[in-house]
Amino acid sequence: MESIVTYSLVLSAVLFTMGVLAVLVRRNPLIMFMGIELMLNAANLAFIAFARHLDKLDGQVIALIFMAVAAAEVAIGLAIIVSIYRFRRDVDVDAVNSLRG
Amino acid sequence: MDVLVQMMANAPLLSIIIFLPLAGAIIITLMSPARTHTIKWFAFWVSVVTFGISLFLLAGGGSFEHFSHVEQYTWLPQIGVSYHIGVDGISLWLVLLTTLLLPVSILSSFSAITKREKEYYILLLLMGFALAGTFVALDLFLFFLFWEAVLIPMYLLIGIWGSGRRIYAATKFVLYTVVGSFFMLLAIIGLYVYADSLGHATFDFIWLRSHLAPPELQTWFFLAFFLAFAIKVPLFPFHTWLADAHTEAPTAGSVLLAALLLKMGGYGFIRFCLTLFPEASVSAAPWVMALAVISIIYGALVCAAQTDFKRLIALSSVAHMGFVMLGIFSFANTSIGQVGATIQMVNHGVTTGALFLLVGVVYERRHTREIAQYGGLAAVMPQYYNVFLITMLASVGLPALNGFVGEFLILLGAFRADWALGGLATFGVVLAAIYLLTMFRKVFHGECTNPENRKLLDLNARELGYLVPLVLLMLWIGLYPKPYLGAIKPAVDNTVKSVMRIATGSISYARSGEKAAAVLAQVQPAEPTGGDA
Amino acid sequence: MDYIYLAIVFPLLGLLVNGFFGRRMTRRAVGTIASLAILGSFAVSLVAFFDYLDAGEAARSIILLPWISLPPLEISYGFLVDGLSLVMALAVSLVSFLIHVYSTGYMADDDGYPRYFAYLNLFVAMMLTLVLADNLVLMFVGWEGVGLCSYLLIGFWYKRAAPSVAGLKAFVVNRIGDFAFLIGVFLVFWLYGTFRFTELRQSVETVALAGHLPITLIALFLFGGAIGKSAQFPLYVWLPDAMEGPTPVSALIHAATMVTAGVYMVSRMSFLYSMTEVAMLVVACVGAFTAIFAASIALVQNDIKRVLAYSTVSQLGYMFLAAGLGAYWIAIFHLFTHAFFKALLFLASGSVIHGVRGEMDMRKMGGLAKYMPHTYWHFLIGAMSISGIPLLAGFFSKDQILFAAFTSRPGIWPHAGMVLWVVGVVTALFTAFYMFRQIYLVFLTKPRFDTDEIHPHEAPASMIVPNWFLAVGSVFAGYIGLPALFAGILSLPNVFQPFVSGALAGAGHVAEAAHGAQELIKEVLTTSISVVVALVGLGLAFYLYQVRYGVTEKLKKAFAAPYRVLLNKYYVDEFYNATFVQPGRVMCEQLSRAVDLGIIDGIVNAVAFVIGALGQILRPIQTGFVRNYAWYIGGGAVLLVILLWLGLGAK
Repeated sequence: MESIVTYSLVLSAVLFTMGVLAVLVRRNPLIMFMGIELMLNAANLAFIAFARHLDKLDGQVIALIFMAVAAAEVAIGLAIIVSIYRFRRDVDVDAVNSLRG
Repeated sequence: MDVLVQMMANAPLLSIIIFLPLAGAIIITLMSPARTHTIKWFAFWVSVVTFGISLFLLAGGGSFEHFSHVEQYTWLPQIGVSYHIGVDGISLWLVLLTTLLLPVSILSSFSAITKREKEYYILLLLMGFALAGTFVALDLFLFFLFWEAVLIPMYLLIGIWGSGRRIYAATKFVLYTVVGSFFMLLAIIGLYVYADSLGHATFDFIWLRSHLAPPELQTWFFLAFFLAFAIKVPLFPFHTWLADAHTEAPTAGSVLLAALLLKMGGYGFIRFCLTLFPEASVSAAPWVMALAVISIIYGALVCAAQTDFKRLIALSSVAHMGFVMLGIFSFANTSIGQVGATIQMVNHGVTTGALFLLVGVVYERRHTREIAQYGGLAAVMPQYYNVFLITMLASVGLPALNGFVGEFLILLGAFRADWALGGLATFGVVLAAIYLLTMFRKVFHGECTNPENRKLLDLNARELGYLVPLVLLMLWIGLYPKPYLGAIKPAVDNTVKSVMRIATGSISYARSGEKAAAVLAQVQPAEPTGGDA
Repeated sequence: MDYIYLAIVFPLLGLLVNGFFGRRMTRRAVGTIASLAILGSFAVSLVAFFDYLDAGEAARSIILLPWISLPPLEISYGFLVDGLSLVMALAVSLVSFLIHVYSTGYMADDDGYPRYFAYLNLFVAMMLTLVLADNLVLMFVGWEGVGLCSYLLIGFWYKRAAPSVAGLKAFVVNRIGDFAFLIGVFLVFWLYGTFRFTELRQSVETVALAGHLPITLIALFLFGGAIGKSAQFPLYVWLPDAMEGPTPVSALIHAATMVTAGVYMVSRMSFLYSMTEVAMLVVACVGAFTAIFAASIALVQNDIKRVLAYSTVSQLGYMFLAAGLGAYWIAIFHLFTHAFFKALLFLASGSVIHGVRGEMDMRKMGGLAKYMPHTYWHFLIGAMSISGIPLLAGFFSKDQILFAAFTSRPGIWPHAGMVLWVVGVVTALFTAFYMFRQIYLVFLTKPRFDTDEIHPHEAPASMIVPNWFLAVGSVFAGYIGLPALFAGILSLPNVFQPFVSGALAGAGHVAEAAHGAQELIKEVLTTSISVVVALVGLGLAFYLYQVRYGVTEKLKKAFAAPYRVLLNKYYVDEFYNATFVQPGRVMCEQLSRAVDLGIIDGIVNAVAFVIGALGQILRPIQTGFVRNYAWYIGGGAVLLVILLWLGLGAK
């Protein structure tokens, strides 16, 4: 049983790193989004693994909440991307700096 | 009718007064922005109904000595916050003033506001919601929420519908007030922590006032509250936000700002500072009184140099609210000063509110606030002249108008507490006459030479509709203030008595029919007999 | 006498009717309503007067309604009916009524006709409130109310700058006096716990505190209010300027009624003043000084109304002189007679101005007697009365003031009586001179205007008839309060003194003393001197302006310096302007610009600037590029992990 938890955590770490790299390296916002989703789900995986390990339901509940939040976030994020695209005809994140201080 | 009164007596009146404008605002958000006519009248009628309902507070003949119409519901039990509201003689007239001035300011905006009407009326109704809440909240957490909630609509009102340097004024207004509020928040948390240390974690005002903090702690709490309230009042030297905010705000914004937002400060002092920190209040009293007298004199002198119509009236609030502060902190063996301060808050709301409305009337026609641009209006706008004259005289404190009742009581009380400061403050009545009458002369007297002024139209029915009630109120309070004072006195007496009992360990009220010699013995304890007779 | 408040209600009704509907009514209706309202007040006062006599002259205090009620503080709409208030109410309503009637003629062509009568009615209501009030605060309502009406009526012709400025000046100067008055009122309350005259009097008289500092202070502060309202030195400066108002207003407010409020107040509070010799002496000295000071200015003025204005200031000085000597009833008596002859003089001068198309400079008049015979007689009777020509009203009242001064020996300065008497006699000389100078310049000397252009004409009946009534009063009003000497000769008892004395403190000790034979000799002496002085003044005017007409020009050159000082009214206005008004204006501007906007707001903005500058330093971090922020977050996370790891390792 322990090994399943360990493998899950390793997988979670790998997924998370991939997500981070995707966000940091890619310039296409859609790919960055996928990276964010990867990170979130990596965290979910870790939660579930720990829930299993501690034999409590809390982790699974949080994972469910995360999914809902992630869905909402994607909806808003995509809406922003679409409106940026409409406005600028371009979604390269390195070209969007209108929030510069 | 009796059935209605009976029904209303059992209804949660205060909650209705608070939430009806909010409900109105929410309904307006659902309306189409193009239907401005409907929005205006809907907002107006919501506020009128709110005012009508608020009048039922007076029905039933309650004494308002203690909190009545109390409602208390648990809200956030985990941290001891409850929805606790109630009204007594101190807040009663301020609540009614709020519900009265809301329809007045809405009515005054009908033709003055021509852009984004929907948002404008939503914000005005939100102002009504937050202001009413501020005056009735009996839970410090709730109070703070309402207190800060007032800022948001006012910020937007100034920032969007203001004139000239509106962004500067709005930002200054918010930042200035928020700085004070921040310290007040700290003190509220401090009180909570103190209550927690007594084993009763609560923000409840009623509980806190029977479990006062030790004097050392009180001093710090007092200072924090003082800053927040003094900025709001505003007391010299925290007054500079006021002139800009008033000057740039749209008319209705200035009215609410002067008539009600400033009262939040005065109300805060008398409700929270005096009751929760009696020892600190009494020991700070000489300093606060001195600041109040400086405000009176300084405000009046600065007024005399203004060339901007609105700025002058705005700065006159510094002087007038100085009187209120003077009254609140004139501790003697009487509550005359505090009663005067409470009625004076209402008076100032009515009078200065009316003055801003009046300036708004000509501003709407001429789009200038320079006094020099006017002149000779008496001949062109006779009705306007008459209403302005009465309002100005009320502001000057002429007897038989409302301003006198408040000022007289305040000065009487202040003179008792400190004859020198009271005497100096009395000189303020001379200065008030100078700056207001000079302004009046420049605007109304002389030949009307400017061709643009000659075309000015006199007050129309709508303008009379919102000005006449205020003028009648000035006369009513001036000629027969008994109902007002009758409700205020017991509540203020309670507050002042407890302050004096706690702070000085004894209380000696001057009784009626006291012989001259007995009083004389108090006034002149060391006076040698004989003299030069 | 519970109905006495009706005397105030009638003019208020007149105000409401004329104020709301005046512009839609005919002029005739407006004038009639206003005058009838005042006639109503007079009728009410008269009925009250007879009821008062019937009731055995017992003072009554009637409380109508509570006003400001905060026990122990009780201020009510209470009215006090006694001899003093009845005399005042009768005089005020009678003179007001006559002036209302006169005004219907004088103001006939004015645009602001309804406004004028509305203000005038309000004035009468306020004046009656002042005199009938049974407590100091309600009195203050009337006190300020008449000040307001004075302000409104001085500035009645607001389109011109001068009246508007004069109104403002009057209000502000009065407010300075009111400032002192209010402090006196506060002191009264904290010392005695009441504002009501009857209770106050009881307290003062039962608890003997004569000469105590608090009492002296109260008396002096209250007198400060009287100085403002009754135009005494140094706050008299508003009254001459107040002549910018319509002439009937000058007659009513600035001669007969409002300005006498200070004298009334001192008499009403006489029980208090009698307790403090210091304050009494101050009152007497201020009065005497003002009397001679104003009279000397009046000697050389050229404006027909200004002469009368300074004359009013001077006569008010006489009244305070009397009050300060403890002869309150004589002060009120002089107030009473003065109301008639000064109102007459003003109204007659109004008729003159009316007849010469608004000209007010006496140098451009002359010889008007043949054009306006009635007015000439009015003016002559008024002038004779004020100058103290024997057997006219002014003679009796002024003579008694001088006699009171001559015989009084104030404890703290026994010679004061003699000094004040000399001042009073010189003032009487001045008075006779400037009044007859005026008669000669206006009515008797050769015309100095272009007879082709100006055709002077007599005033209409509505203006002449009221003046005849006042003229009768100016002649006979004195016979109700004759001095002992004349009372004996004419066997007409002094009814005035006992009537008002109930309300006054220690009243009449002067006249009572006059029963002794020695006193009678003194009285004959002072009376003779007064008569001689009046005749000398008259004769001097006759000599300079009739016999040797034109010699005054030479005199002006010979005494150029003193003449200029007098003509410029001792430069008091200029002095105030240079010491208070201008520096005050500069100070306000500096406070507003340098202190308020510069320092106080400067500090606020400086704080904001510092915070903003700090923000500038940190600003480049916010690049706006999302990936930069992601790097910050990622880097931060890594850093945190490393730190945690190091921390754990250290453990």
